[in-house]
Amino acid sequence: MNARDAILARVREALSVPGPGPHQRAGELSGHGATPHTAPPPRGSLPVLALEAARPWLPDGGATPEERLALLADNLGKLKAVFHHVPTIYAAQDLLFSIARERDWKRVAWHAHPLVEPILAGIPCATHKVDDADAVAADLAAESTTPKDALEACDAGITGCEALVAQTGSILVSSTTCGGRALSVLPPVHVVVATPEQIVATLADAFVALRDRHESALPSMLSFITGPSRTGDIERILVLGAHGPKELFVILVG
Amino acid sequence: MRSPFIPHAAPAMPPHPSPIAAPHPGSHADPSGDAERGSHGAKKRFLHDAREYVRDTDHRAFLRRALAGYYTTRDGQKARYRDWEHARDAANLAKWNAVNRLDEMLVRFADAFEVGGGKVHWARDAAEAREIILGIVRAAGAKAIIKSKCMTTEEIHLNAALEAEGYGVVESDLGEFIQQLRGEPPFHFVFPCMHVRRGEISKLFEEHLGSAPTESPEELTMIARRYMRRLYVEADVGITGANFLVAETGQISITENEGNARLTAALPRVHVALAGIEKCVERLDDLAVLLPMLATAGTGQPITCYNTLYGGPRAPGECDGPQEMHIVLLDNGRAAILADPEQRDSLQCIRCGACLNVCPIFKNVGGFTYGTTYQGPIGSVITPHLRGLGDWNHLSQASSLCGACTDACPVRIDIHHHLLHNRRNAVRAAPNRLERMGHRMFAAVAARPLLFAAGGALFRRSLWLLKKLRLPLLRDWIASRDLPQAPARSFRDQWRHRALPAVARSRPATAEGDR
Repeated sequence: MNARDAILARVREALSVPGPGPHQRAGELSGHGATPHTAPPPRGSLPVLALEAARPWLPDGGATPEERLALLADNLGKLKAVFHHVPTIYAAQDLLFSIARERDWKRVAWHAHPLVEPILAGIPCATHKVDDADAVAADLAAESTTPKDALEACDAGITGCEALVAQTGSILVSSTTCGGRALSVLPPVHVVVATPEQIVATLADAFVALRDRHESALPSMLSFITGPSRTGDIERILVLGAHGPKELFVILVG
Repeated sequence: MRSPFIPHAAPAMPPHPSPIAAPHPGSHADPSGDAERGSHGAKKRFLHDAREYVRDTDHRAFLRRALAGYYTTRDGQKARYRDWEHARDAANLAKWNAVNRLDEMLVRFADAFEVGGGKVHWARDAAEAREIILGIVRAAGAKAIIKSKCMTTEEIHLNAALEAEGYGVVESDLGEFIQQLRGEPPFHFVFPCMHVRRGEISKLFEEHLGSAPTESPEELTMIARRYMRRLYVEADVGITGANFLVAETGQISITENEGNARLTAALPRVHVALAGIEKCVERLDDLAVLLPMLATAGTGQPITCYNTLYGGPRAPGECDGPQEMHIVLLDNGRAAILADPEQRDSLQCIRCGACLNVCPIFKNVGGFTYGTTYQGPIGSVITPHLRGLGDWNHLSQASSLCGACTDACPVRIDIHHHLLHNRRNAVRAAPNRLERMGHRMFAAVAARPLLFAAGGALFRRSLWLLKKLRLPLLRDWIASRDLPQAPARSFRDQWRHRALPAVARSRPATAEGDR
């Protein structure tokens, strides 16, 4: 028997003895071993919807777009991310220009995206497009470095997002629509550009948005980013910028 | 500075030479010599280490200070739930559902994951898992391996196995990296180096990385950050764990704060994830419940900084990511826990570490004393199963049964009752003849009033002697406690000559003489 069949056989044999139901305890010390309370859940069906049971009790996500926007801004602030809400793409350009100037960025990385491309216009530094096949090839030929090195040398990564989650202040990025896996985590600064329509109330709603967009072919990586990278490993003291970005900007346009 | 990927001169072996592989699941009372020797050694070591740690009041105060912030932030975060207790019920439901249909979940997960282009491997025990991962590393022609935090790799002692074959492997999680440099296993399975002071870390970095001494946690973190940057780019294999396996979509979910797991799964050519079979959940939607609760219970955050789902290697049209992705599904004793319906719910554990953070025993004896991969109350429940019951049952005695762990558990595992179950099972497996004899003797005496009175009189007069004699059974008890003062008269005597209120006196004294 191969390992797969052996493990599955063990699991099936183990589960042939029924155990307590979901909210039941094995109970006080009975002295008589197992005390089965209920039959195991029906097999092959989808009877248990934990989310439906939990939805009313989880942290609030806001009922109206205004509430969601306010909650998102509040959560991002608590997470030590920087949140800007600007009226137009031109205002966003100005904002990014001043951030780049202030921090003296030499090179920023970006990817093809209907919001990212226009916001970069006029930025006072070099740019590196991560998903341009020609650029990747040229980089390889000219500098004999891999695209990883080029990205590592960038001062900031600028991406779009799949959704913004009001409930937790999270940004959902994916490998297909946000410039791959590394762009949002390797450079020391991450700038996210989004529109207010992308704000959803809860994590569950973000999954719904995701399925609407990608149907069954989900991207190979999906990541909820909640604030700048952090650690508390040294004496449980919070430090930002452990391995991922030290700074996270969210620019909401419109 | 030497290359970080060259194995350490002294391989980082765990200081506690614990039996590496668990005995074959299902054979609890494994009578092999290993388990027997381990049994005695592990208990002795526990008692010895506990005594040392408990006396170190500085250390205890340090742990308490480190955890003080956790209690405040956790409570603040719990208050944002509209009802934390109901949310716990739902989290319990999600994991109960997956654990009680585990075979179905595993098959669905594996099929869906392979559709995404990844490869699924199955490992019955630690040795098999090590061999599979070594095979992947060899086939990849790996020169450098980077790892993100994964307790399951600690469970199978993966780093030692990789280093024995000459592969250098660097832990990228800050806490795990510090522990790797110290040559110690994690102290706490969520906060690996919570026992280490910043001065010690500064010295460690000075010695190994040649950095300047500093007392600032921020600077220390930046030293590790700078050191690790190149390694992510250079490594050709990245090893991670998985917090959840989503059966519906065939994705693994990784929870972290630092971003190191994301880099580990983004830059190397090959991504290997190791996960216990119990990590399944049925739906993607279940994560909308479990991800926030894992963070709130574990660290007091609304959700951790990065919660990432991986469905396979780089897909066509994506601009980066590994070319290969492997997942190793590990049993290693988990099916044995599943086979015990009474303790089946302990497989619902999502390893948040909340039960350690609130445990009075953990706070006093520290993480190393347990000598296990998983410390604290949940470790005391599952380790006897993972490593053989006779071996690790003493851990179930290391509990005040206060139930703080059960209250803290976000998925409602009945932890402290399981500790009682383990005690009962151990007594059944190996009855304590001396204790049984003692109980029989007491029963014989207690059933004979005259003998009981005579025994009581003797005991009252000789109580002081017990302290002097230092009898082996009483010695440990007396060492830290005062014996009570013996009363001059027995209870029965006092009862007989009691001054009762008028009401009681008017009744016939039925209780006269008994007990």
